[in-house]
Amino acid sequence: MPLLEARGVTKRFGGLIAVQNVDYCIEPHTINAIIGPNGAGKTTFFNLMTGIYTPDEGRIIFDGKDITGLKPNRINQAGIARTFQNIRLFGAMTVIENCLVGMHRRLHVDWVQAILRPPAFNRQEREAQRRVEELLDFVGLRDKANEVAKNLPYGDQRRLELARALASEPKLLLLDEPTAGMNPQETAAAMQLFRAVRDEFGITVLLIEHDMRVVMGISERVTVLDYGQKIAEGSPEEVRRNPRVIEAYLGRGSAASYI
Amino acid sequence: MATQSLLQERASRLNWREALPTIFAILYVLIVFSLLRSLNRADLWFPTYSSILFPLFVFSPFIIFALKIPFALRAVLIAIIGLVLMPILGMQDSFYLELITQIAIFAAMAIGLNVVVGFAGLLDLGYVAFFAVGAYLWGIFTSNANTIVRISGAQAAPELFWLFLFLGVIAAAITGILLGLPVLRLRGDYLAIVTLGFGEIIRILVSNLSNISSNRRNPINITNGAQGLPGILSPPLPDFMFQAVESLTNSLGLPVNNVRAFTYQLFYYGLVLIVCALSALIAARLDNSPIGRAWTAIREDEVAAQAMGVPKVKMKLLAFALGASFAGAMGVIFAARNTFVSPESFSFIQSIFILAVVIVGGMGSIRGAIFGAAIVTLLNLQVLKNFSLQINALRNIDWVVPIIDFPIRNWPQQLEPARYERLVFGLLLIVMMIFRPSGLLPAKRRQLELQGERAERISEKELTADVAEIRPEDLLSAPAAIGEAKEAKAANAADIAEDLPADQPPTPGEGLPDEPKEKP
Repeated sequence: MPLLEARGVTKRFGGLIAVQNVDYCIEPHTINAIIGPNGAGKTTFFNLMTGIYTPDEGRIIFDGKDITGLKPNRINQAGIARTFQNIRLFGAMTVIENCLVGMHRRLHVDWVQAILRPPAFNRQEREAQRRVEELLDFVGLRDKANEVAKNLPYGDQRRLELARALASEPKLLLLDEPTAGMNPQETAAAMQLFRAVRDEFGITVLLIEHDMRVVMGISERVTVLDYGQKIAEGSPEEVRRNPRVIEAYLGRGSAASYI
Repeated sequence: MATQSLLQERASRLNWREALPTIFAILYVLIVFSLLRSLNRADLWFPTYSSILFPLFVFSPFIIFALKIPFALRAVLIAIIGLVLMPILGMQDSFYLELITQIAIFAAMAIGLNVVVGFAGLLDLGYVAFFAVGAYLWGIFTSNANTIVRISGAQAAPELFWLFLFLGVIAAAITGILLGLPVLRLRGDYLAIVTLGFGEIIRILVSNLSNISSNRRNPINITNGAQGLPGILSPPLPDFMFQAVESLTNSLGLPVNNVRAFTYQLFYYGLVLIVCALSALIAARLDNSPIGRAWTAIREDEVAAQAMGVPKVKMKLLAFALGASFAGAMGVIFAARNTFVSPESFSFIQSIFILAVVIVGGMGSIRGAIFGAAIVTLLNLQVLKNFSLQINALRNIDWVVPIIDFPIRNWPQQLEPARYERLVFGLLLIVMMIFRPSGLLPAKRRQLELQGERAERISEKELTADVAEIRPEDLLSAPAAIGEAKEAKAANAADIAEDLPADQPPTPGEGLPDEPKEKP
């Protein structure tokens, strides 16, 4: 059974059809990529899956549950976490606090307890902090745990966003252009990290990516969107040779060798 | 053995040096206190002296709080200032007690507003409405100027004050949710306008819920309109309290004229201190909990917060309700203490005043809210007024400013400082925005101690007791780190070179900036 299944999903903004009748499936424990030229509707499709937009048509089934039209926090609760194309951290909060917010849905939140502080509350806080420290170890940010997020260098901000998303213990992790702006070394390290997310945590990964080295390097299945429609799907090798994909990227008549 | 005694000696010297600020702080408090005690109301320069010395005295708890000594010790010192020195000053001159009570009322409200504005980032310009809800709740049921009490005889017994204090909290929280529901989707300016309107609605509601404004003889009069509700009851105090206060003042050699009134003053002072301390505690604990983190997350980035599983609606309503509840409690106390409420006390300018307290102190900072309340209230009620008093006193004796030979009677009446309250206020806010935009005592992010590292750190501290700034491993690894950085940069430059067309070779030095200047 697929982990996530989108059936005939369509989203319109006025006259523009950003996502048109897309059917999409993600199998558990796989690394998947969505690629496509700028404006192809990739991020819109992400926003539809995470509840930031509601699809005009179609359904999205996640883990056997219909999540179409749910609020973003409910979808997060169902087990989908994401990062953003232009990093959206909680700038004034520390690295640890950012991750603790990511853990919000895992915590029992009660204002009476927060004021009275019974032992159970303190235990929960300690436990949460311990788990966040593990995550920071995983992404390599432990040394900066108490730094304010907006003061972090770019690469660390990307790592922190990943750690924050992992803190909600998702089943499916959506990464929106996670290696944008990274140099080759950083990109290579990030790819290692994404693989480890799948292998160590057993989390299914879906990423939007422009860097073909990343897409071809780690994804097991690649889906290509163009003008809001799915034009190709398959293994990286298949997609790379698909003439429609080459046409979408480079225009009619281009040689396949460019990709 | 020798090293041990050396270390001990060192430790004692360190302790002595560390104790110095504390000793200075205590000396400061004692000097300011005794100077204040020695002031004489009949003195020509009394207004100036008292408006310099009293603010200095009010700042003393903040100075103590900033000391780097154990929290319990600081708490004891602050308690001595608040519970011993302050009442003694109050016996000497009850105006000081009035002032400090007013400060505490504003501090508690600023802490409440801080929850909404500072923590959750929801700009609320109608906060005084919740204060009004609390004040009118007690006012309506104890003043006999309205028909509810007169016709039905439902006047609340003064003993019910404590129940109403609780009800005031609940009523304000419910009002907060009522305000929060329609404005959930609004942010920033739009939210500010709607909350401003809400504050005005409550004020106009209370000035219209009477039979006075309309021509028809409406039999129902709930709030007595713009005339306000007089004769609001105070809670009864047990007799022994009056006796205790009387014997205390007599034994201290500071007898007060009206023991009853003074006891009530002391009672309200203590009560607002307790409410203020509770507010601070509650706000601090909320801030440092999943709820506070969710609020800050919403403030920083609403979309990301929701995507991380933070329920926006629930958290915003919680902020509105909890923030409002502090003002509700203070409203009940305010009505009982003043024995009179009218819509005038809850005007828009009051909301601005509380917001100014939050901004001056520092958004999201609880210490800041209390400090801001002290500054703004003192400026408003004491410093500017005293300057006017001083000028009048000098005018009466035909005083001439030395050196410039300016006769003070020529000082124009229009330039009396007390009239320029709002101007000074505005200037203060502008200066703040330029030089300290995050407030006088800005909020700091809490530093969490890493659990996995704790043991390691302690042992490290023990090992490096000689405060070595540069550890040997740093020295060893530094050249390697620089080498690594160079390699990475070279690799970068190579990549850039690959991407560039062949006819534009990268200029040397562009991809490879100069080596780090500091040599290890």
